Amino acid sequence: MPMYKKVEKSPVELTKEDFVSDQMVKWCPGCGAHAILAAVGNVFPKIGYKKENFAMVSGIGCSSRFPYYVDTFGFHGIHGRASAIASGLKIANPGLSVWVATGDGDSMAIGGNHFIHVLRRNIDINILLFNNQIYGLTKGQFSPTTPLGTVTKTSPHGTIEHPFTVSGLVMGAQGTFFARVPDNNIKLMTEVLYEAAKHDGTSVVEILQNCVIYADKVHEQVTNRELREERQLILKHGEPMIFGKNRDKGILLNGTHLEVVEIGKNGITEDDILVHDMYSTNPSIHRMTGWMKAPDFPVAMGVIRAAPADSYDGLTERQIETAKKNSKILTVNDLLRSGDTWEI
Amino acid sequence: MSNKVEVRELEDVVVKFVGDSGDGMQLTGTLFSDVAAVSGNDLATFPDFPAEIRAPHNTIAGVSGFQMHMGKRKIYTSGDLCDVLVAMNPASLKANLKWAKPGATLVIDSATFDEKAIGKAGYTENPLEDGTLSGYHVIKAPVSELTKKSLADLGVDKKTAERTKNMFVLGIMFYLFGRALEKPLDFIKVKFRDKPKVMQANQTALKAGYNFADSTEAIKVTFRVDPAPMEKGLYRNITGNVATAWGLLAAAERSGRPLFLGSYPITPATEILMELSRHKSLGAKVFQAEDEIAGICSAIGASFGGSMGVTTTSGPGLSLKSEALGLAVITELPLVIVNVQRAGPSTGMPTKSEQSDLMQALFGRNGESPLMVMAASGPANCFYYAYMASKYAMEHMTPVILLTDGYLGFGSELFKIPDVNDLPSIKAPMADPDDPYYKPYRRDEKTLVRRWAVPGVAGLRHRVGGLEKTNIDGNVSTDPLNHQLMVNIREEKIARIADYIPLLDIKGDSEGELLVVGWGGTEGALASTVSRMQDEGHSISHAQFNFIKPLPKNTREVLSGFKKIVVCELNGGQFVNYLRMLYPEFSYHQYNKVQGLPFHVQELTETFTKLLEE
Repeated sequence: MPMYKKVEKSPVELTKEDFVSDQMVKWCPGCGAHAILAAVGNVFPKIGYKKENFAMVSGIGCSSRFPYYVDTFGFHGIHGRASAIASGLKIANPGLSVWVATGDGDSMAIGGNHFIHVLRRNIDINILLFNNQIYGLTKGQFSPTTPLGTVTKTSPHGTIEHPFTVSGLVMGAQGTFFARVPDNNIKLMTEVLYEAAKHDGTSVVEILQNCVIYADKVHEQVTNRELREERQLILKHGEPMIFGKNRDKGILLNGTHLEVVEIGKNGITEDDILVHDMYSTNPSIHRMTGWMKAPDFPVAMGVIRAAPADSYDGLTERQIETAKKNSKILTVNDLLRSGDTWEI
Repeated sequence: MSNKVEVRELEDVVVKFVGDSGDGMQLTGTLFSDVAAVSGNDLATFPDFPAEIRAPHNTIAGVSGFQMHMGKRKIYTSGDLCDVLVAMNPASLKANLKWAKPGATLVIDSATFDEKAIGKAGYTENPLEDGTLSGYHVIKAPVSELTKKSLADLGVDKKTAERTKNMFVLGIMFYLFGRALEKPLDFIKVKFRDKPKVMQANQTALKAGYNFADSTEAIKVTFRVDPAPMEKGLYRNITGNVATAWGLLAAAERSGRPLFLGSYPITPATEILMELSRHKSLGAKVFQAEDEIAGICSAIGASFGGSMGVTTTSGPGLSLKSEALGLAVITELPLVIVNVQRAGPSTGMPTKSEQSDLMQALFGRNGESPLMVMAASGPANCFYYAYMASKYAMEHMTPVILLTDGYLGFGSELFKIPDVNDLPSIKAPMADPDDPYYKPYRRDEKTLVRRWAVPGVAGLRHRVGGLEKTNIDGNVSTDPLNHQLMVNIREEKIARIADYIPLLDIKGDSEGELLVVGWGGTEGALASTVSRMQDEGHSISHAQFNFIKPLPKNTREVLSGFKKIVVCELNGGQFVNYLRMLYPEFSYHQYNKVQGLPFHVQELTETFTKLLEE
C-alpha cells in the first residue's frame, strides 16, 4: 500500500497537546463531535507529520467549526464547498495532509456535487463525515440521511424523502476508501482515521454522531453499549466477518447476497464465513457490507473499502514532471516566441 | 499578372469570409490574416460563428464567418461594414449582404446557387440573376466545380475535394490583393504534413484559384495595401483569450507563485481553460471543475495553499461564483476572476458580446464586499491586464475581477512580443517562517494588506474563513465595533490600490467640447471614431477606463475639462450610473447599445457630431 510518500514527517515526536488550539470548544455538552476531536488529537501525532503540514478544511454546520479547535492550518469555508476548497488546496500544495470536517447536510445536500466528484477524482484528502441525520446549526430540519417518516421541524408530518445510505453514495461515486465508526468508540475511530490518512486517495469516514439536542439517540439501536456486540460487525482486513457477544455469528455470502448465520449450527463453520478484503478493487462485496442495516444485519464498522487507485494529485504531479522533461517550452518567454512569429 | 486590371491602393480594407459551418471559413480567414501580417499590415480579426456546432447545411443558422480588417495605418477594430465579402453559399450571402458596403466586391461560389440552396436561404429568386447584387462588384466563380476539376488528376475522394474549395477561394483572394503564394503554400505543408494527399490537394486548389483569378475577365480591379509603419520588434497574431492565458502564466512565473486554474467550460471563456491546460511544462495546474462553484472554490483553496488562484468564466458563471467571491473578500486571499462577458441575462446569447456584467462585478455579492475590478480593452492587451490583475491580487491580497468580453476573447490583433523580464515585478507579501509576530490580520500600515501565510511553512498556523474575524488576531467575532472596523478596512484597502494604478490617459486635448468615455472592450471603436473626428478638426477627446474599482485618481480632473461628457457602453448604462454615483457634480450623456454587436464607427460619429452641434 502507498504510504506517506508526499508529506514530510516531524523530526520530533508530537503529542495530543500539540494539536489543541487556544479556542473555546463551543459544541453542546454530550455532542458526538467532542469524541471526533479527541480521536483526531490521538491520530495526528501518531501519523507523525510535521504540525505545519496538517490543514483542516470545513464547510458550514456544527461539524464545520472543527478547524478552530485544532492547532493546524485551518480554513472554514462556505456551505457545501469544503471538498472543492480542499481539492484546490491539495492539488496546489501536495505536501499537506488535508482533512475535511463536514456533515450530512453540508456534504450530501448543498455540497452533493462536490462530494461525488472529489470521490470520482480520488484526490488525496480525508473526509470526516459527521452523520447525525439532522441539520443542527439551523436548529433541527431533516437532512439527506434522516430516516423516512421522521418528524422534524420541517417535516411535522414525517419526512417523505428516502434517505441516502452514506456508503452507497460513496461507492456509487466510485470512492476508493470508506469507513464507518460510532462516536462512542474513540479507539476504533483513531485506528480508522490512521488508515484513512494512509490511503492515497479520497477517504470518507462516516461517523455515526449523536446530536443531543435535535436528534438524540438516532443511532442508539446500533451504538448502544449493551447491544453493540450484537449490532455491530467490527471489520478487520483478512479476518472472517464474525460478531456477537459470544462471537458465534457471522456473515455468509449466499449466491448474490449476504446472510447472517450462526457458527456451529446447520453445519456452518468459521471457514464458511466471508473474509474481509478491504483492498479489493471490485466494490461488490464492499457495497453489500456497507449496506447491512439493523435489525436484520449488524452494521459494519471499521474500514470497509480501501482500494488502491491513482490519486488525482499524484497524476497531476506526474504529468507536470513528464511535460517539463519533454517540452521545449520551459519559460513564458519560450511560449511567447513559439509558433508563428515574425520580425518587423 | 496580366495587365488588364487597375490596381487600387487602399489605406485599409475590411474582408469578410462567410460560408456554411463546415466550409472552413475560420481557417481561410486565419490564413489570409497571417499572410497580411507577414506582409507588414496592421490588422484585427473577429470570427463570427453560430452557437450550434453544425447547424443544418445551407441554412442561415449554419452560417459561419470570419472578418478581418487590415491596413497601412493603425487598425483599432475588426471593422464595421466590409469592402470585400466572400460568400460560399446562398445562405451566407443572404445573412451577410447587409454587412457589405455599397459597391463592395463580392466573391461568390456560384456553383452552390442551385434551386434547393437558394430556397433554403430564404430567397425566392436566384440573387445572382435577379438584380439583388446590381450595386456591387461581383466576381462569380463556380468554385466547387472548378476545385473538383483542378483536383481530377490527383485521385482524391469527393469529400476531400469538397473540403478544399476554401483554398480555391483563398487563391482568388491572394490574387485580388497581390499577395505571393509562398507563405500559404508553406502553411498548408506544415498543417497537413501527415496527410500528403490532402496537402497536395490544398496546394493545387490554392494555385488553381489564383490562376483562375488571373485569367478571368470578371476581375477588373485588384487591391494593394501597403505595410503599416509598425514599431520594430517580434510580432505574432493573438486572440484575447490566449493573451489572457499567457498573461496569467507570465504573472505566475514572475511572482514565483505557481498558477492554479479552477474553471468550468463556458462560452466564450473556455479557450482560456483550454489554453492553460496545454502548459503543464510551465507548471500550470489546471483543474476542470464539476461546476462554476467548484471552479472558484478550488482556486480559493489553492490560494490559501500558496498558489496564484485563478478562475475563468462568463456572466452566468460569475453569478454562480458570487458567494465564494465573498469568501475570498473576507479571507483576504489573492484570486483572479476573469469574466469574458457575453450577452445576458441568463443564457442570453452565448456567442455574442456585451458589457453588461459591470454592476454584477462591482456589487453582485451579499454584504459589504469590495474587490478590485479591471477591464482589458483589446485582444493583445488582455496579456497585460491579466498580468496586472494577478499582480494586484497578490500584492494587495484581494480578489480581482478582470472583465473582458467575447469580442476581445475571440478577436485577434497583432501583438508585439514582450520580454517577460521587462514586465513590472510582482512581490507577494509572504509571511516569513516562524515569524513570532505573525497574526492573520496584522496589516501593512500603508496598504492595509495582510500577509500571505502558506500551509506547510513552520510557525504560521492560523485559521481563516467566512465568519467575521477580529482585526489582527483573526478570531471569530460578532463584536459590532469590530465588524464596522473590518468593513471599513476592507473598503479602504481596495480604495488605496488607487495609489498603485496608472492615471487615466486622455487621447486628445485635456479640455474641450466633448469627452468620449468608454471602458474595456469598446476602446478600438471609440478610439478610431474620435481620432477621425479630431483629424477633421472637432474638439473631441477620448478617455478609456481600464481600472474601474478603484478608479484612477485623476478621474474627476479628466471629467472636469469638458463641456459635455458622453459615456458609451454596450449595456443599458452601467458605468455611466457608477460615475453618476461617484461624481454627481457632472452631467453625463450616454450612448448605449445592447444588441450583441460592437459599436460601429458610423453610429458613433453620428452621435458625437450631434452632441457637438447641439
